[in-house]
Amino acid sequence: MPDPMRIRAVMMGEVVDVKILMSHVMETGQRKDADGNVVPAHYITEVTATCKDKTVMSAAWGPSVAKNPYFSFRFKGGAKGDKLSITWKDTAGGTRTDEVTIN
Amino acid sequence: MALPARSTSSLIASLLLALSLPLAAEQTSEEAIAEYHAMFGDENPAELWQLRGEELWKTPRGPREVSLEACDLGKGPGVITGAYAELPRWFEDTGKVQDLESRLVTCMTTLQGLPESEVFAIKFGDGERKSDLEALTAYVVAASRGSRISIPLDHPAEKAAYALGESVFFYRAGPHDFACATCHSESGKRIRLQTLPQLTTKEGAQAAYTRWPAYRVSQGELRTMEWRLQDCFRQQRLPQLKYGSDVAIGLTLYLARKAEGGEMVAPSIKR
Ligand code: HEC
Repeated sequence: MPDPMRIRAVMMGEVVDVKILMSHVMETGQRKDADGNVVPAHYITEVTATCKDKTVMSAAWGPSVAKNPYFSFRFKGGAKGDKLSITWKDTAGGTRTDEVTIN
Repeated sequence: MALPARSTSSLIASLLLALSLPLAAEQTSEEAIAEYHAMFGDENPAELWQLRGEELWKTPRGPREVSLEACDLGKGPGVITGAYAELPRWFEDTGKVQDLESRLVTCMTTLQGLPESEVFAIKFGDGERKSDLEALTAYVVAASRGSRISIPLDHPAEKAAYALGESVFFYRAGPHDFACATCHSESGKRIRLQTLPQLTTKEGAQAAYTRWPAYRVSQGELRTMEWRLQDCFRQQRLPQLKYGSDVAIGLTLYLARKAEGGEMVAPSIKR
């Protein structure tokens, strides 16, 4: 199973400031290993953030995002104590969802 | 034949430009890393290793199905706060001076009953091939943030390990006849685009030692002091440094002692 994300979500005035670290190889499919074989592509394609049953952010990713991505965004409409859930999906059918409480 | 004045000055100008290029390139690469760090703010992907390490520390594993919470890193069973700042040190039970990594191996084999082959299966992680040792090290080291390095060298074996580390540091060998000191005993020097860390002064040793382990941006991996040393052995074109060997631990103890009093900030982030 993929490793958990590290998520921080804090109120900054009106908006929720979200910072996420994800554990992922983000293989582009362009690299070769020591034996000259292509390392198959394996990267996150989709990231969504849900708060109170609403999608507050969705992103489509490609192979040019760094290994172990760091991702941050802000959204309106959240409050202290609300739950924020983040999900990613990757090219290999892998997925991971983690939840935090906004503070 | 005298060159027209104008082209002489442009020749000089382009020479100056050529001469100053390496310096400019160095600044840009270091600036780029500084910018990258700033983007992260307090976030450091090393935290992903800390999280996994915490889980590994607390979960019952191995044939004996126990966690590592009874592991004694020198400050009593289970005490991790400040433990790294006092390592390497002498351990009565093994009769050895051990660094954190080799001590973790001891706990995993003796407490949990894991075979050494399994513990050492992945010393240095690579993407999906994750190293438990790197994760555990990250977790334990983070618990020393803010602690000051204290290496009193009370035990004769610690003094001996320090002496070994010091002699290796200055021992010239390999095809280039380099010692660690060749690259690390002057400030303001660089190799390729990397500034060479000065490790023989207190300030230099503190700046270096307090920041390892580190997340290596260029590898997308967390690396520990064991990795740093074996990579410098490679740069020095020496035979591969054995993980947890007397030489690895001696060098670590030598550097830690040089950094005495420095405040731990690791895991940090490096290029
Ligand atoms: C050929 C030159 C060379 C030799 C010889 C060498 N190193 Fe290094 N060392 C480097 C370079 C270059 C770096 C920095 C690499 C980087 O920026 O990624 C480094 C980094 C380090 C660091 C980390 C410092 C920091 O601030 O992050 C330590 C510790 C270290 N070396 C120890 C040693 C020891 C111990 C030896 C002898 C076994 C040694 N080095 C031999 C070139 C060398």
